[in-house]
Order: sequence, then C-alpha cells, then structure tokens
Amino acid sequence: MSDRAVVLVAGATSAIARAAAVELARAGYGLVLAARDVEEARALAADLRLRHGAQAEAVELDALAFDTHPRLVADLVAKHGDSLEGALVAFGYGGDAARAREDFAEARRIVDTNFTACVSLLTPLAEHLERRGRGFLCVVSSVAGERGRQSNYVYGAAKGGLTVFLQGLRNRLFHAGVRVITVNPGFVDTRMTFGKPGTFLVAPPEAVARGIVRSIARGRDVVYLPGFWRPVMFAIRSIPEAVFKRMKM
Amino acid sequence: MIPSSVQRLSGWGRHPVQTCRVWRPEKVAELREVMAARPEGGIVSRGLGRAYGDAALNEGGGVVSHLRLNRMLGFDPATGALECEAGVSFGEIVDAFLPRGWFLPVTPGTKHATVGGALACDVHGKNHHRDGTLATFVDRFRLLTPARGVLECSREENADVFWATLGGMGLTGAILSATIRLLPVESSRVVVDTARTRGLDEALERFAEDDARYRYSVAWIDTLATGAALGRGVLLRGDHAPAARAGAEPLAWKPRRAAPVPFDAPPGLLNRFTVGAFNRVYHAAHPDRQGTLAGIDPFFYPLDRLRDWNRLYGKRGLAQYQAVVPLEATAALAALLERIARSRRASFLAVLKRFGPANPAPLSFPIPGYTLALDFPVASGLDEMLRELDRTVVDAGGRVYLAKDAALDAATFAAMYPRAGEFREVRGRLDPDGVLASSLARRVGLV
Repeated sequence: MSDRAVVLVAGATSAIARAAAVELARAGYGLVLAARDVEEARALAADLRLRHGAQAEAVELDALAFDTHPRLVADLVAKHGDSLEGALVAFGYGGDAARAREDFAEARRIVDTNFTACVSLLTPLAEHLERRGRGFLCVVSSVAGERGRQSNYVYGAAKGGLTVFLQGLRNRLFHAGVRVITVNPGFVDTRMTFGKPGTFLVAPPEAVARGIVRSIARGRDVVYLPGFWRPVMFAIRSIPEAVFKRMKM
Repeated sequence: MIPSSVQRLSGWGRHPVQTCRVWRPEKVAELREVMAARPEGGIVSRGLGRAYGDAALNEGGGVVSHLRLNRMLGFDPATGALECEAGVSFGEIVDAFLPRGWFLPVTPGTKHATVGGALACDVHGKNHHRDGTLATFVDRFRLLTPARGVLECSREENADVFWATLGGMGLTGAILSATIRLLPVESSRVVVDTARTRGLDEALERFAEDDARYRYSVAWIDTLATGAALGRGVLLRGDHAPAARAGAEPLAWKPRRAAPVPFDAPPGLLNRFTVGAFNRVYHAAHPDRQGTLAGIDPFFYPLDRLRDWNRLYGKRGLAQYQAVVPLEATAALAALLERIARSRRASFLAVLKRFGPANPAPLSFPIPGYTLALDFPVASGLDEMLRELDRTVVDAGGRVYLAKDAALDAATFAAMYPRAGEFREVRGRLDPDGVLASSLARRVGLV
C-alpha cells in the first residue's frame, strides 16, 4: 500500500458520501469505504478504482454496533498508520418522523444512528488524529439540527446534538492541529428527499460533494451546502420561540 | 420500502406523457425490495429515458430508475471485458475507457443510453453489417427476476433467458450487471470517407459494393427530395483512426460540451422549408472526400451536441419511426421514401443503413435488410401515415424497432415479430404473475 493520505468514508453508500468519495479520489486521497452493506461498499470501491484510478477498499461498518467501532479504527490505524489523514462521517437515518412521535424504538434508532453512533466512531478517530497532530474529521450534520420543528424534531434533535458535540470536539482538537468540519446540507437529491412533498431547491449530491471537499481543503469550521442555507437558517434561528411555536413547520 | 415519487414521464420523443410511480434505488438490496413488493400495475426498469416512445413508461404502474445503480465493477485489460451495472451510460464508458484505448463495440446514435436499456433494446450501430448488435459483445449478465431470483445468463448458462432478455424490452427482469467486451482502438479519432449519392439506387449499390471495407457505414437521406432525386443523400463511412494518423496524443479525449436547448421551440420550427434548407446545405457540405479525420462525438453522436434536442420539436414532441425491410424488398424501401416525400412531412436527419445477419434473440430488431430511421414532429395526420408505412413494412416482411415506437398495435406487432411466442414462453417462467409490465408491453400484447 502506498503512503498516500487515506480517508475513511463512514456510511459510504449514501448518495452524498458516494459523490464525496469521487471528489476525494480526484483530490488524491486513498479511500476506505465503510458501510453496513459491504457488498455495496465493494461495488463503490471497484467503481472508484476503475473510473478514477483511486486506491479504494471496502470494510464493514454497522453504525449501531458501537462496540465494534474502536476495533475498526484500530485496524485502520494498524494498516495505514499515520497515512490515515481523516474521516468523512456521512451515515444517517432519516427515519419515519410520524412513527417516531409514538414509537420509541423508531425514535431511538434515529437518535442512535445520527448521534450516538457518531460519538462512538468519532471517539477513537479523534484519539488517533490528536496523537498524530494533524488531519480532519468532516461530519455530515443537518440544517434540521438548528431548530426543532414539529415535522421532524427527533431527527433534528439528534443532528442538533451532533452539531454541539462537533463544536466541542473542534474546540478540543484545534489545539492538536486537527480540524473538525460540520457540514449542514439542506435538501439534497437522495433517498431521504426523493418524492417527498415539501422539499424545494433540492441540490444534486455532486454539488454538495464538491462543497464538502472544498471545505476540507480550506479548513472551514461549519459549512452550509448549498451556501444559501446559511442565511436561511440564520433567519429561522432568529424567530422568537413564542412566534415559532405557533408556526406549522 | 424506499420512497417513491409519482411523476409525469415520457420517452425521448416526449409523446406520450404518462403518470407513473417512480422508485430510484441506490443499492441493489433496495431494487430487490421494490421487485419483491410486487407494486400494483407492475414495474419496468428505466435508464436515461432515451427510448422514444413508451418502452420505459408504465401508466398507472411503477417505473424503477437504475440511474443510481451505475457502478463499474470490473475490467480485464487482457480481453477488454467490462462488468458494470445497468445504469452506467455509454458516455460514462467512453469517458473512462477511451483514454485507455477502448471504445464501445456497438453504439447507438446517442451516448446517453444506459447499458441496461441498450441490452433490453439489443441496440445496433453503424457497424451492424459486420458486427451485429450489442448482443455480439455481451458475455454475460445478472438478471433479477420476479419468480426465479437472480439468474446468471450467458450463451452457455440460462441461454434462453440470455436471448429473451436481449431485445426483451425489460420484460424478463431487471439487469443488475452486464459484462461487455470493449473494442480496442488506437486513437480517439475516426477516419471518414464521405460520398454524395444522387438517389436511392446508388446508395444501395454502394452499400452492396463496399460496405465490407468499412467498420462503420451509414447514409443520410434527404426525405424531401422527389422524382429522380428520391433518396439522394450522403454516405458516411469510416473506421477508427490508427495511432499514426491521430497526432501526438492519439487517445486524447475531452468530451464535447453539449449546448442546452433552453425552452420548447414554437410548433412548426422544423417544417419542410427549414428542414429542406438544412438538407440542401448538408448535401452541399459533404462533397466526396476520402480519409477525413473526425472526433468520436461528431461522428457517432451528432445530435448529442444539443442537450434536450427533442425540445426543438416543440411541446407536442416527435415521433421516431425506424423500420427494416429485407434486402430483396428494395421496392418497399422506395415506396416508403415516396410516401414520406409525398406527405411533405419533414424528417430531420433521416438515416439509411444496410443490416447484416440477425441474431438468435427472438425480439431483436435487426434482420438482413435495409433500415430507415426517421423523425417527424407530432402533428395531425401523422399517425395515419405511419400506419400506412407499417403496412408497407409488414407486407415486405419487415418490422418496426420497438425502442423507437409509440404507436404499433398488437396485430401489426404480431405480424412483424413472429417469434414473440418464444419470448412469452420464457417470460412466463420468469414472471408468471406479471410483475414486469410497461405501457409498450400492454400496447403490443407482450404481457
């Protein structure tokens, strides 16, 4: 294996992760594609090798099997050593918002996948990068995490928790020279939005992927993709709660 | 079950437009889930929607987009065998492999076709006279069927399914991946000989005389010319350029940027005057010339230069008509051209080609003979004329290409495709409950 910088893509089968992996390969990174459906990850790795001449391998990652995460990271560190430059954490679970209101099992799956699993995987990754003294952790959160809305507050709460966790992690790792990038995509043309009423200005995953890789290269802290979501979310955050609670969102 | 979206869809001809429920799996497991759910009204696979009519439509039923199932899975540089998923487009293959010295072994006139659609239509290209259809170069594929799970299909394994699926219009299953042998080329250029022909007879003579010398051979026909000039045109024939002829970087490849057509053209933009003027210019601009170098894009994909060129036909859309008549039926061919010229309906870029032998696929379109491809703006009276053309074609022992058709009825289809029964027999075993369905299949009586 060459000593080119390697990036772990966790949740590699998501449309955003797939497009981002292409951009990372073009930027010269070697890739480890991690997904629960490892057959899919293998197909994506083969595609990256064939089309882009990328160095790409597939590993199995079950986001909800928390106790497997330290081992996975340890294996990667054992294999790639200091070449392991960073990670793009892109797994998530939109879930069924209506069901999550009544069914705790669904709510828990949403929280566990979007929040707990990220904490679980980022913990050993942060340790590796802190020791190494450079690198990045780029994590896909969501604009939904910026304000709780009746239509998907369990998902929003999990992403909001993730965003706060990343703030703290960024603050801690800054002193070690490690960058933490929070990506807040708006509506992206993925499985989560396909055919869903009420979505608008849906961005192609390729555009979001370019934004992600640009933000890694430029060392940004928090990015909204596409960028117009930053003022939109500023406006939404600025609405007083006394007003917001009466709105139908 | 993954989410779906109810959409108004059409083929490339933008006519008819139908309401279908669309699923777009991003993983193979999701595709299997959709098929296992047996959606009401059935499902048919869809790629980039380049079939002209209703082949990838399923009114009141489901359509499964393969556009996110487009991974390249393996390539053997010793044989040129590429394994990829059905949603990979021909353009993607060219972009990835032309710089390495490989080209599509058979390509239709657009590179925005997908591998799955190309197999389902058993597409042909300008090299049919010597290489046959794409089927010639398909080693194997994996087919997800409603009743038999995933079948590995090749000439040796599940051979009946292999042949029924090639040209089977997506009605035997959903293609998961296919292995296609690419063609080694030395350059990204084509050497072209052009020759003007004064009439139909001359074109046919030239085909017979020297098609064998060319890998690619096709004639453009001026369908507005009448009388002695009936069938006048330009022969365009060529082969891949050897490295020595293609400059310092023979395999250099930069796909041409397509210009958009930003809005629907007003009705009647393409009329006999504008097309007639175009035809005169086109004819004049192609003098007899040997050994001109051309790029892959202008030679194989002239219309891809305009993205959404179908919008030039306005809101009502266009009707493609492609038929083949047997080699001996030259009188029928002349009758078709006469009928079209008399109608004064302008067909932009009509194409004539001599086909080589047919293959064993029961629904494959090409038979040894002459094929004529035309496109007309949808207008009143057009359907009547096309049905007249159908009768001429059937009487001559020919047939119409399903990938382009939007109008054939079941009786005419049965007369054109006498082996449809063999196809139905295979299909009956793979999908006894009719999970696979399309508007085309219902219209021509394939399901």
